[in-house]
Formats: sequence, structure tokens, C-alpha cells
Amino acid sequence: MRVLVRGGLFTDGDPPALLGTHCGACGSVHFPRADACTYCATENPEPVELSRQGTLWAWTAVTAPPPGYRGEVPFGIGVVELPEGVRVISRLTESDPAALTEGQPMELRIVALHQDDDGNDVVTYAFAPARPT
Amino acid sequence: MTGVTVAGVGLHPFGRFDGVSTTDMGVVAVRAALREAGIGKGDFQAAFCGTAYGGVATGHKVLSRLGMTGMPIVDVEAGCASGGAALMLAAAAIRAGQYDTVLVFGTEKMPKGIIRSSFFEPWQEEAGLASTPAFFGLRAQRLCMTSGVTKDHLARVVVKNRRHGAANPDAMYQKETTVEAVLGSRVVCEPLHLFMLCSPNEGAAALVLRRADLAPSDVTLAAAVLRSHIPGSVLSESTPLAGLAADDAPAPTTLAATAAYEEAGLGPEDLHVVECQDTDAARELGSCEELGLCEPGGSAALLDSGATTLGGRLPVNPSGGLLSKGEPLGASALGQVVELVRQLRGECGPRQVDGARVALSHTVGRGANAGVVILTR
Repeated sequence: MRVLVRGGLFTDGDPPALLGTHCGACGSVHFPRADACTYCATENPEPVELSRQGTLWAWTAVTAPPPGYRGEVPFGIGVVELPEGVRVISRLTESDPAALTEGQPMELRIVALHQDDDGNDVVTYAFAPARPT
Repeated sequence: MTGVTVAGVGLHPFGRFDGVSTTDMGVVAVRAALREAGIGKGDFQAAFCGTAYGGVATGHKVLSRLGMTGMPIVDVEAGCASGGAALMLAAAAIRAGQYDTVLVFGTEKMPKGIIRSSFFEPWQEEAGLASTPAFFGLRAQRLCMTSGVTKDHLARVVVKNRRHGAANPDAMYQKETTVEAVLGSRVVCEPLHLFMLCSPNEGAAALVLRRADLAPSDVTLAAAVLRSHIPGSVLSESTPLAGLAADDAPAPTTLAATAAYEEAGLGPEDLHVVECQDTDAARELGSCEELGLCEPGGSAALLDSGATTLGGRLPVNPSGGLLSKGEPLGASALGQVVELVRQLRGECGPRQVDGARVALSHTVGRGANAGVVILTR
């Protein structure tokens, strides 16, 4: 079976989406979903799906397994800027920093992390270099 | 308002000490600070203990061993700024007239390897997103993009601090290094190599604070400020999963520094010596910018000018910094303050900053928490 690393963060459809909130009072967008706007404290911002495409703003690669991580190394971590004015920290599918450039188009994917103790494939969100259209 | 002075300081060296407990190290530092202050049982009315990994009642365990309990003993956790938070609470209580003498200490024995932090949710660990060096790497890369910082600059921060640390008998690393050796160490998270990251380790530090009119002292605590973050920056020490696509949110360090300068009635131009957060080499350069030691984007030029090296206009991390000393979270901020008190007293021998009369200590870490302390002589 396929299980999400945590429910409520993203959808596993085709295409997938990150689940955020939008503040009607100040216009800010949050990820993950917020109980109150993190910027102006207005209660109950509106649930939204975030854009699937963005541009690369910062990136690196993790070369040694961080605490509690059971997957493969190296893997990429980066920051992707989405059109709604939000920057998201995410795994990247590209683990070679030299293969990436600032501002390059990226798109959301769902990727496998590891198998849990019950044999389920645990998946999470990641950004990949966008496929040419 | 009542002034606050530093009546005594004490330190347990920073390093790795098998068979020595968190309590043992705290006892060494507290004993030394009390001895310097010339005080003992019954002479202080409260104690604040900074620790992040010490566990339940860390401060009580230290003071129980010394036979000095009965007063309020409060453990304080604020990540890398735990000691700064403890100092702020102690100073505020004295200023408010609640106490006239307060003991502040920090003691820590960090797990080995990449710091495992309960800050992260289990799913973040599973997803590989609990990699602290990766967040440092992302911040370092952005600093390189916006401030003209190169890998060579990052290596030279390490060389500078390790040269300073070679003259500090309380540092973990007391051996100089070279740009070639730093760049030859393995890449942990681009652009950061292993030698550009400080080692989590063990140590303790202690201070006795006292109402200024009670006893003369050479060193005055002019400001002790703690601030958390305001949201915005995705690379803030608040370690969010997302932030705004804008760079105008002031960093927690800037918030704390601005308040500390105001509290002390001083500005960055008045400083003679600085101990700042250098958990990684890029963090020192970013700290210099956020503290106002140079213009935003000016940290590479500041390093190039030699100003921040011992003998320069404004030495930064004359103790060797965390890059030489290592980082025991609860003790690191107070370790900086102990160094600066000794600098202001002129006790630092080969790493002495000549004529230092105004000093600033800075720590910032998870929370976010940023602590800034200003001392004058």
C-alpha cells in the first residue's frame, strides 16, 4: 500500500497538490494549513491548493542521513517560489547541486521515501525540474 | 532604573568529556563564578539555568550538589539562545527590584553527530527535512548570491576563528587550520564543508549578576535582550516549511540587536569586540550584517578588510567562536559572555582585544530565539 508521510499536507492525485490556506484579510498564503493567519492572526483562513509549478530559489543536497531518516542519501533539499508569493521548503528530486540553476522552472511530484515496518511505501512531496512542454 | 553588574564568572571548558556529567560541569562553572563574586550559600536569591538537552531539573541538580537550594531555580530552554534567555530573565528581575543578586548558568552535554531536535515532527524526520546542516547550507547559498560571499570567504572565516581559538585554553579545537584544509574537508551540504560547521559538544558557563549599587564591579550589563521571530523569511531560524516571497522581514537577530542598542544607549559603531553566532561560517557573516556591524550585503568586504580579525578594528569571535569552541546549546551564550567579561577586564592574554570597553554577545537558534547582550567597562 501507498501511505502519505503525513495526512493533510498534500494530495496524492494526478496531478498532486500541496494543501495551504489563504488569508482573506491580508492576502497571505500559508503552507502547511494554518489555524490562524501567521502574518495577521486572522482566524480560519480559507483552504486552498497551491500552484504545482514554481521557480528554484535555493538548493543544496544532504549527504549523510539526518536523524530519524530511513531513506537513501544523497537527496536534494531546496526552496521553490510559487506564483502566489510563497516560498516552500521541499525535497528535490535532483541531488546534484551542480545540475540546478537559480530561477529554473520546477514542478511538484510525489516521491517514495522508504518502506515502513508494515511493508507500505511511504511517500512525500518533492519538486523536480519541470518537464519541457 | 537599577543598573546590573557582573560580579563573577566561571567556565567549564567546551569539548568532549567522557564520564563527566552535565551536573559535574555545571558544578565546576558555578563554583568558579561564586568564588570570583566572593559569595556563597544564601547570598543569591534566584538561579536561572540554560539547558536544552539537560532534562528535568538540570539547575536543581547542580545547586543540590553545592548545598545551595531553597531559592527559585528555573531552567530555561531557548535553543542556541538558552543562556541569553536566562541572562535576560535574571537582569530583568534585578532591574525590577525583585532580587539583588542572581546566579545565571548553563550546562549541556550534546548528543554526538547531527543534532536531533524535538523541534521537528516525526514526519519531518521521516521525510529527511530534519537536516539542520541543509538549512544552514540553503542560508549560506543565499548569502553567497546576495552578499558576494564566496567559498573562499567561508573558509577564511574558519581560518580566522581557529587562529583565535588556538590561543583559548577552554576551546575544543586549539589548532590552526588553512583555507586548503577547510576546502579539502568533505562537503556536508553545499556550499558548506565539514570544517565550516561547528561541533555540538559539552561545557558549562556561569555568571553572578548583582545590583550595581551594592558592590563595585568593573563590568556593567548594559543590555540583555531576547527576541523571537516575526514570520516571513523561509530561511529564518524559526525553521518554517514556507515563507513569503519577500526579503523584508527583519531577522530575529536584528530585532534583538536593535532593542539591545536602544537599551544600552549605544550603537554598532561603539563596539570594540563581538562574540557572535558562528554555528557555520556563513552564519558569522550573516550575523555581522544582521547586527549592523556592516551594511546589508557588506559582510564579505568586512572580512576582507581584516576588521574582524584580532588586531583589526572590531574583532569578531576572539575566543575562537563556536567553530573553535564547539556548541553546548545551554552554555554557549553564557560562554560568550564569560569571554567578553574577561576581555573587558583585560585578562585574555594572547587573544586580548586591546582597550576593549564595549562588547556584544549574540546567539540565535531554533524557535526562533535571538539573544543579544551588551557589556561595558
